[in-house]
Amino acid sequence: MKKKTAAPTDSAPSTTAQHWLELLHQMLRIRRFEDKCAELYSAGKIRGFLHLYNGEEAVAVGIMQALQPVDAIVATYREHGQALARGISMPAVMAEMYGKQSGCCRGRGGSMHLFDRNQRFYGGNAIVGGGLPLAVGLALADKKLSRQQVTCCFFGDGAVVEGEFHEALNLAALWQVPVLFVCENNQYAMGTALQYSHSNINLAQKADSYGIDHAVVDGMDVLAVEAAAQQAVNVVRNQVKPFFLECITYRFRAHSMFDPELYREKAEVEQWQKRCPIATLFGRLQTQGWLSDAAWNQLNQTVDQEINAAIAAAETSLWEPVEDLTRFVYSDPRATS
Amino acid sequence: MNSVTQDTAPQTIQLTYREAIRAALREALQKDDRVFLMGEDVGRYGGAFGVSKGLLQEFGSDRIMDTPLCESGFTGAGIGAALGGMRPIVEVMTVNFSLLAADQILNTAATYLHMSGGLFNVPLVIRMGTGGGKQLAAQHSRSLEGWYAHIPGIKVLTPAVLEDARGMLWAALEDPDPVLIFENTLLYTMQGEVSVPAQPVDIRYAKIRRAGNDVTLISYGASLFKALEAAETLAQSGIEAEVIDLRTLRPLDEATVLASVCKTHRAVIIDEGWRSGSIAAEISARIMEHGFYDLDAPVERICAEEVPMPYAYHLEQAALPQPAAIVQAVQRMVTRHG
Repeated sequence: MKKKTAAPTDSAPSTTAQHWLELLHQMLRIRRFEDKCAELYSAGKIRGFLHLYNGEEAVAVGIMQALQPVDAIVATYREHGQALARGISMPAVMAEMYGKQSGCCRGRGGSMHLFDRNQRFYGGNAIVGGGLPLAVGLALADKKLSRQQVTCCFFGDGAVVEGEFHEALNLAALWQVPVLFVCENNQYAMGTALQYSHSNINLAQKADSYGIDHAVVDGMDVLAVEAAAQQAVNVVRNQVKPFFLECITYRFRAHSMFDPELYREKAEVEQWQKRCPIATLFGRLQTQGWLSDAAWNQLNQTVDQEINAAIAAAETSLWEPVEDLTRFVYSDPRATS
Repeated sequence: MNSVTQDTAPQTIQLTYREAIRAALREALQKDDRVFLMGEDVGRYGGAFGVSKGLLQEFGSDRIMDTPLCESGFTGAGIGAALGGMRPIVEVMTVNFSLLAADQILNTAATYLHMSGGLFNVPLVIRMGTGGGKQLAAQHSRSLEGWYAHIPGIKVLTPAVLEDARGMLWAALEDPDPVLIFENTLLYTMQGEVSVPAQPVDIRYAKIRRAGNDVTLISYGASLFKALEAAETLAQSGIEAEVIDLRTLRPLDEATVLASVCKTHRAVIIDEGWRSGSIAAEISARIMEHGFYDLDAPVERICAEEVPMPYAYHLEQAALPQPAAIVQAVQRMVTRHG
């Protein structure tokens, strides 16, 4: 458990301590944000589909540490964590969940389709596997334009059996484009467990069959994910080729708000909850003596304030005018049907 | 190709439809470094229909990219490359195979601008062959351009004449949004004269290819020539048909259609797609909505028979719209509602 870090001092927290605290902060704001979203869903403020990331926070937060502002992200419909960890403002994400004008997509995307141009955040694709070919194309453009950029593509274990996964991995390897494939293996494709979906549950072996470098990491450990992501991103950026990183993780909550969770035992969920990435990092910080009760309280307060401010902003944000319904179908508003 | 002369009146040269598209591809590749062509067999093979023959040798494998057989994969890669600042031209061999890329075209390309609240447009051009008439049977003879025209967020072009085969590609590349170009494969060998230098084409408007006052024949793609043939036959019996080439199926140039119907009071739509839920149905509905009181007779449609395309020549020809059927429809209209 003990890390090779400088001995802590009370007066000046080490760089490592500060970094760990920031990782904890990022994971906590995702967790609390989503807990709040579930409440807001029950209150009827958020509608449609709501896929929560609870339990998987270490993946998004760990991966983002390895990426630079010039890099691109392609995510799935379970992407609140990626969006927040990447730096899309919480009010913009919350307002989007509300379907309001100040949402990052002016209320046209909702929970499953978060986008941000400045953060190079390319959605929010709600077709399982649909984002992978697009990520390969973004990386192809980078290669053609000789830009030292990485495209990071998130997808779940469910996507690995889609044809688009195999087409995209083949193209990425064939063209040697700088794309990082991050497989968030949370053990279930909606309600179907890995062994009922895959003829071979060794997912990294599939990347191997395309000649793509790969690694598997404990997705419940943010430090492990960060370290693995750094190595993977170095390969992608410096050697200009794809990499497949599988993060073994688990979703604590239901697939969506409509899921009665008939397909798994409570005991299994409880087993995984013992490995909660936030609790794990919290424990490590405490062991090191880097997190006082006061600091922990302060962190919680900061997170709660940010969330409350985001909710307040979403509540008061305007609705997009109905007259603008057909805006953004084409770039030229004169083109309609 | 002839060299371009600046100081004389516009010249013309002889080209086939295939060569016209190749000329357009060459010009686009020369004009804009961001343009590249990718698709199955576009390079070493020279294109399944020979459209890109020689371009690999001329522009190299970075600009003319052979792809594996993975329509969804390379169409999605085209979307990504477009988002990444390139101007890809994706060639899907025929519309039949585009169904394997339907997820990327419909769920991603068509939705991206809207879903992102206007943040990301997709400047992607997808070219594909379409149509029947070559005895290729059910899986290689579809005309689904009308079906694609159902989808908001994409534009659907159907070049019929040589000027459009040459000019529409650049217009599509200049468009900030996804554009699908449907090339009827029967037209690839069609030969004719085009002007040099090429004039820009405006994809927003339909064009009247033959003027007339008695009936409006509305068509696009290869069916345009069946409509023109029918118009010549009708002229022999004193019926002057106006023939409209729609050119763009989405967005549809309703105004040109309605103005013509207002003049002729009769309309026949000729469409190689199936009648049910077709672009012909859409045009007919719009005439009802906006031109009903101008009509002297019900709108008629000459569409493909509702059958998967059969292989045998006589069956296939019976399934496709034919000039004789267009002539009969017009004569019926004039006789009954003259």
